[in-house]
Parts: sequence; structure tokens; C-alpha cells
Amino acid sequence: MKELLQRLTAAYGPSGSEEPIREVIKNEIKDYVDEINVDVMGNLIAVKHGSGKKVMLAAHMDQIGVMVTHIDEKGFLRFSNVGGVGVPDIIHRSVSFQNGLVGVIGYETGDDKGWKETRLDKMYIDIGAKSREEAEKMVNIGDVAVFTPSFAESNGKFISGAMDDRAGCALLIETIKRLKKSPHELYFVFTVQEEVGLRGARTSAFSVNPDMGIAVDVTLTGDTPNARPMAVKLGAGPAIKVKDASVLAHPRVKALMVKRAKEAGIPYQMEILDFGGTDSGAIHLTRGGIPSGVLSIPCRYVHSAHEMVDAMDMENGVKLLVKILEEEIDI
Amino acid sequence: MVDLLKRLTEANGVSGNENEVRELIRQEVEGLADEIKVDRIGNLIAVKKGKSNSKKVMLAAHMDEVGFIISGIGDNGMLKFKTVGGIDPRVLVSKRVRIGSKRYAGVFGIKAIHLQEPEERENAVKLKQMYIDIGAKSKEEAEKIVKPGDYAAFDSAFVPFGQNKVKAKALDDRVGCAVMIELLKDRYDFDLVACFTVQEEVGLRGAEVAAYHIKPDMAVVLEGTTCSDVPGVDEHLYSTVMGKGPAISFMDRTSIGNKSLIKALTAVAEEKGIPYQFKKGTTGGNDAGKIHLSRGGVPSVVVSVPCRYIHSPSSVMDLNDFYNTQKLMYEFLKGCEIV
Amino acid sequence: METKQFLKELVEMSGISGQEAAVAQKIAKAFEPYCDDVRIDSFFNVYGKKTDMHLDGAPRIMLAAHMDEIGLMVRDIDENGFIKFTNVGGVDQRVLLSQEVIVHGKEDLFGVIGAKPPHLQNPGDEKKAVKMKDMSIDVGLPADKVKELVEIGDPITFLSPLVDMQGSYVNGKALDDRASVAVLLETMKELSRIRFSAEIYFVATVQEEVGTRGAVISTYQNRPDIGIAIDVTHGDTPDASKDDTVSMDKGPTIAIGPNMHPKLTQRLMDIADEYGIGYTTEVAAGPTGTDARSMQISRAGVPTVLLEIPLRYMHTPVETLNMETVKKAARILAAFIASMKEGWEEWLTY
Repeated sequence: MKELLQRLTAAYGPSGSEEPIREVIKNEIKDYVDEINVDVMGNLIAVKHGSGKKVMLAAHMDQIGVMVTHIDEKGFLRFSNVGGVGVPDIIHRSVSFQNGLVGVIGYETGDDKGWKETRLDKMYIDIGAKSREEAEKMVNIGDVAVFTPSFAESNGKFISGAMDDRAGCALLIETIKRLKKSPHELYFVFTVQEEVGLRGARTSAFSVNPDMGIAVDVTLTGDTPNARPMAVKLGAGPAIKVKDASVLAHPRVKALMVKRAKEAGIPYQMEILDFGGTDSGAIHLTRGGIPSGVLSIPCRYVHSAHEMVDAMDMENGVKLLVKILEEEIDI
Repeated sequence: MVDLLKRLTEANGVSGNENEVRELIRQEVEGLADEIKVDRIGNLIAVKKGKSNSKKVMLAAHMDEVGFIISGIGDNGMLKFKTVGGIDPRVLVSKRVRIGSKRYAGVFGIKAIHLQEPEERENAVKLKQMYIDIGAKSKEEAEKIVKPGDYAAFDSAFVPFGQNKVKAKALDDRVGCAVMIELLKDRYDFDLVACFTVQEEVGLRGAEVAAYHIKPDMAVVLEGTTCSDVPGVDEHLYSTVMGKGPAISFMDRTSIGNKSLIKALTAVAEEKGIPYQFKKGTTGGNDAGKIHLSRGGVPSVVVSVPCRYIHSPSSVMDLNDFYNTQKLMYEFLKGCEIV
Repeated sequence: METKQFLKELVEMSGISGQEAAVAQKIAKAFEPYCDDVRIDSFFNVYGKKTDMHLDGAPRIMLAAHMDEIGLMVRDIDENGFIKFTNVGGVDQRVLLSQEVIVHGKEDLFGVIGAKPPHLQNPGDEKKAVKMKDMSIDVGLPADKVKELVEIGDPITFLSPLVDMQGSYVNGKALDDRASVAVLLETMKELSRIRFSAEIYFVATVQEEVGTRGAVISTYQNRPDIGIAIDVTHGDTPDASKDDTVSMDKGPTIAIGPNMHPKLTQRLMDIADEYGIGYTTEVAAGPTGTDARSMQISRAGVPTVLLEIPLRYMHTPVETLNMETVKKAARILAAFIASMKEGWEEWLTY
């Protein structure tokens, strides 16, 4: 799992430019599935045939990033956000473009107001170029940079950017590899553009038209000093989502997930997130409605350059998903 | 083309009340399209059958403009209103409107400068304090010609000025409609489905419906977009620059442009020597937001004419940008191999 | 079942967004005597189908009223047995202090949202609203007992029976929008007495309060030619502007604006005038905060109208309305549906 996560989090793939991460995932799973397709939006859809229920599993490949909108005469790059990029999370961070070019994000200090008053349009990427001409040789308007990859392990926790949602992708990949027999028709969809509005999930759910959907994504925790109140703790097991801003988990799907966790003796926790959304937000409202739930991976510091997940939560997440897919689905 | 644009911008069609614009466009495309219909939400769809295949390329430009809807009549004969679509209340002060299909004259008045305290003039007028004065002396008199639910549009004539510039209301998006009407004059290899959509300004609603029943293979949205190359704005926030040609969008709040389509468009522009630019801002949304997510997904891209001061009665455009947008689209569709 | 009794029993049940199963069952049972077929889908939307097609090419009409109510949900249980909660749907945190609630765990538990007494507050505290995250529900049990009976995600509703007031006024919780579900029942009763030619779907939708989600999926399933949404709107009170509210005593309200089909809306008003049923009008400048919002843009589009019941104190445990309006709304709708004869397609054009 550690090596897999390392490979996945190092791959480039901001919303709208998921090609590299898609290739990495494709290579991981191609020997374990019956069919692989890429649809119009760029979603990677892997099928394991079966005759029971049609189940769609979704984890998003895309990560947040910053898009170059302007190159000034001195070679500094102005940018816009791709997905939810918070000012405090990017100040003085290192970012990398697809071609490997590295830059540092700075902000205008002339008004003496400090970083709290700054906004994205008062910030810039410094690639060390001395002029517009020099910069234009290395980068174009429209290019997107992501947090420079870095991976660390500490006390059974994995720390890296893009755990949201490469951790979910890892969980699905491991599930695909470990699933011995499932009676169901399984669609493992590695979606695009979740961070900009659950877009890949919406179109892939329409095409796949499953009987049930389960998204796998990260969620926040409430166990850091003076944290915003939340019951989820890192290391207490994968979380079964009750609600977030995009979806009220279908009671029967939620109950099924709890039932299988209890049967297999897998630790789990119930999760409520007051804001935020996941692919199930789009999946459940597709066509005539698709009962959906979410398997959440507890994660601290979401949307920062160093998101932290627990190795046992990941392992238990795989176990739970495998158990759910190997058994009957009665919703 | 300029005369067409004049008639289009001077027609009134606030979101939810696009009749006048729809009828005008219908007459224009009658002789050009093979099939014309109006769907269940009011979109006007004009189809030009293809010469060699029946793949569908959907073009979309919205007929509606931002404006007002009358919400009540005061005892004093003044009209209460709500804004339809996004309008900065500060542009309303002392502007003229035309109400209903009979175009009754109204004004957004505020008290004369002589009657104001100096501090009052520092603060923006709040929308809730505003009213439209049609000159009626009482509720009964006003009720004879106006009722709640009537729509009002900015009163702003199409005026060529400066060097190749025009001032008009609703350049967003009558300019897109004008380009689409021009493009219907030719026949292409594939089916061209030109959708004049409704209610874009209140949530991209017409486009969502149109894409569902059209099921296109590809879509290009034609818009009028922000151009902020004006004093007081940092260069990197211009979004687009007047005179530099049609703007192709990488990304805005509602969609990320399909990369193959962006590449194909720039290749055509380069090859045919048509000036173009990339839209640098990522704000705003448009019909592509709903079209690209229709059913299983539709490859889509947005091409815009730069317009200064959009969503106000006096937006400004450079006619060369308009012609170049039409030219780019024509060359792109002629040689299009994407479908 | 008598409509007011039905409404009383309905509002006293628990059915917050996402947890409507029991309410759906009750509604389905009430619909049965007046419909040809009643079904409940996987999200608990209830569909009562009533058909009479003696004319060729009759329209398929879908009426929608939402059955879900706003409420609260268990977020956590602290070490002293106090329950921390979050909201489901738009709950004004200012109505919560001292509110009596029911926590629907393995058993229904009576609880109180506690308020600090004035004696213990700091000067100036009384000027600021207490935040929901600082409130707790006291169910009077020790922590271990609470944890046995209650878990994260359990729904919590206001304890608020339907109470009769002067004249035909009543107050209670969840009148938004179960009063409109009562309108559905009343309408199907009316239509059992008169001739009409249409295929009608009376739909009690779910999850309106969190984004008209039930309407999205039910309209997609039904594919109606015409959509009629029934919801509540703001009745006049002294502290609200007359521009934003409607009279409580002049009948139901017909909404006008881009979300509603102009010809169809005019037709609804003409029918009401013809039958001498009073109504008021209200203008909405964009997509309304009701099921109509999603119905209009379903699939290839659905011409939609919106009929509203004026209601005071929306989203509080003491929502107040005039029961007369429920009857009037049903009469207008029945007459509107019965008026759909040959040439009804004309009414859907622009």
C-alpha cells in the first residue's frame, strides 16, 4: 500500500489534465479487470463482469492546482485556482508543472497588510525567470501546477499532497487486486474533475447507470488541538458517511456498509461533514436516482501539501470494500 | 452584420421573456435553416443538415439579457422591481428602462444632488431603496399599463463610436447570436445545430434542456465576455483585451475547455492568420457548464467576443473582434475533423 | 381520511430530509383510496397515479409537494451524555434555545436544547445569537445509556403538535411542506368527483430542503408534459416588508417569473378567476427555492407552474397557516386539470 500510494501521489493530474495519473492507474489494474475504457470526459472505467447488481465504485483521480493566467514582464506567473485552493495552504509552497518545472508561490507584500489580507489575485508563482521571454520558453498560459510531490511515513501514518483522492484510488486499486469472487457487475470508475464540481462522476454515472453507487474519498477529522467539532478520528477505522453538503447517504446503502463491517469485525466510524461534497453527490441524482453511499478515509490537513492518512484505516477500508462486494447486496 | 447586431441588441429579451428576440431570430434564420423549432423551455433550435454525415455539432448562444421584473406597485405609482440575472446595483442609478412589450418609459431615480447630504453621495444606493418611476401619480394609474410579472429592459441604443467600436446593451450575448446566424448561411459536412438558448443568465437553464434532447457529438458556445483592460485594473486581471480577437477559454467557473478542441481552434487561427487570444480570467460561467455535462458528456469549448462593461446598459465592443470571431468559427467548422 | 386529520397526523411524524420512509408509508396509504396505483421508489418518493383518458392525447401532469421537514441530526455524544447536533436543511439557530425535541434513536427520547440562565451569562452575551455548535440536547440520561440508544446520524425533530388557533388558523412544525401534501390529497378527492382527461401523478417528494433532490429524480422518472409544484411562501408579519410577503387570507399564491411557464401560469390565474377562487401573486426573478426549480429543466424540459400556501414563521416549530387556503388551492388545481381538453398543447408553446 505504501509504495502504491507513493506512486499515485507523485503522479501529475490536476482537474482537466488527468492524463498522467490515468496512465499510472491503468497500468496498475489492467491485468485484474475484464475491460477498460476511457470516456469523453477522461474518466477511466474498469469493468469486472458479473450477473448480480450493477455497482459503481468511484474515486477521483484529479487533484487541486493552480492555472497560469498571465506572465508579466519580469517573468512572474499570475494564476487562478483549479478546485478549492486556500490562501494559507499555498503561501511559500513549492509547485510543479507537468514538465517538471518548479516554482514557489509568493504574495504581494507592498501594502504591509500581511498574508491574512491577501487573495489569490495578489499572489504569483516565481519560477526564477528573469523576463517574460525567458518564462514563455518554459511555460504557457493555461498550464497547471500542483504541489510538488513529497511523501513521508511517520508512526503508521502516510503524509503527502493529493491524498485527496489518490488514497481513494489506492483503496479501489487494492480492492480490484484482492477481490477473488464477486457475484456483481462491478464498474470501478476513476473519475475526473471532482474538485471542480463532481463533473466526471455525473457523466460516468449517466453512462454506467448502476443500481448502487459507492464513492471512496477522504474526509476531515476532529481530533487535532481545538479542532472544529467532528466525531471522526484518524486511526479509528474507515468512515461510513451519513451526510455532507452534497448527499444524504441512502439509508439502505449505509446500513449495508455498517452490517458488513460488523460481520467482518472491521472497525468503522460514522461520519457527518457539514460542508464539502463527493462524487456520490452527483451519482445519486443521476437519471431516476441511484441509491448511493460513501466510504471515507479519515484525513488531516485536506487540501494542503501534506495530507495525513492512517495505514490501518486504509487497510481496513480495503477489507470493508472487498467484503461488501463479495457478498449479496440487498437494497 | 452590423445592422443585424443593431436589431438584435435593441430587441428586449430579459431571462424568462425572450419572445421578441426569438421572433426576430426566427425571421432571420427562416430562409437559412432546414428545420426550426422551439422546445419546451423556449430555446430556438435551427438545424442545417450536413453534406456528408449526420454527426451533430451544437452551437449555443443565449438570447436572454439581464434586466428587471416588476414585483409590485406602490400606492404612489412607483414600481418595485427585482433584478433578473447579475446586475451591480450601482450601475442602475439614473438609467432608463423600457417596460413590457409596449415599451413604456421608466427611470431609476434617486433624489437630486441638491437634496442630498455629502455623506449620502459616498454610499452606493441599495437595491431595496430603488424604484422605477413611470410618471404615474397613483397605483390605479400605474395599474392601467403595468402589472407584477412584467419585464423591463435597459433602454440603450446601438451606437457606433470611436474607432470601430460600438456601444449597446446585451452584447452579452446578442453578439453570439449574430455570429451563429451568419454561420447558418453555409452548409458543413456535419449537421449544424444552432441553439439560441433562454435563461442563461439565471442559471444556464435553457442550455441544460437543449443539450439533453439534441445529444450533440460536440459543442461550441459563443459568448460575449468580460474585458477589463481599463484604468484601475492590474494587467493580469484584464481577462481579455479589446481588439486582440476572439477569446478562447481554458477554464471558467462552470467548465474546463476540451483540450483537443482548444488545440484545433488555435491551429485554425494560426493557419488562417486570424487574431485570437486566450481568456485569462477564470471567472464567470456560461452554457458550456451545462452542455458539457449532459448525459455521458459532450466535448465543449467556449469562444467569446471581448466586451467591456458587460451586464450594464453601456457595454462596448470592437467590431473587428466580432468579425474575427465569425471568421474563426467559419474556418473551424469548414475544416473540422473532430467529429 | 379527513384532510385536516391527515395533516395533523402527518406533521406529528418524524421525516427529516433523507429519513422519510415512515412518512412515505403514511402518505401512500392515504392516497390509495383515490388513486389507481400507488408506489414508493427507492428514495421514498410517493407516486399516486390517477388516470382518466377519455380524450385522445391527454396530458401527463405531475403535481409535486415535498414531505421532508427540516430538522437536526446527532453529530456526537459527549462524555456527560449531552448530544451535539447539526442541522439538516435551513434551521435558524435562533429558534433552538429552550426548544423541546425528540431524538429518534433506538427509542424516541424526549430532550431539551439547553439555554444558559441569565444569571450565568456575561454582560453583552445577550446581544449575540448562540451558535448551534455551542448548543447541546439534554435527554436526562447518563452517557452510557445515551450511547446505547443513540448513534451519530440519528434524526432529531422539534416536538411540536398541530395546534388550533383563532378562525381556521393552525400552527405546528413541518407545515412546510406537508400542508401541500394535504393539498394533493384534497385535489385527488376533488378529481374523484369531476370529469377530467389526463394521466396524473400526485408525487410526494423527498429531500427538497437539501436541494430539491427528490424532484430531480422523480420528474426524470415520470416524464410529465406539465409540472405543478406546490410549496409554501412567506405570509405577512409586522416585521417583514410588504414587498416580500403575501396576505394570509386572500387564498393561495400563484408565482410568476422565468421558472414558471408564462402561458400556463396565465391559464391557472384565468381558471381561478373563472371559478371565483381568490388568489394573490408573487414574482420570483430566478429559479425558485422549490421543486419547480428542478422540474422545469428535467430531461427535455417541463412547462411548470408553482402554487403556494402563505405561511408565517417558516422553518420554525410554530409555522402558521390558514387551513382555508388548503381547500382553495385544491379547488384551483382540480379545475385547472379538468380544463385540459383538446388543444392543451397550445398552452405549452411560447
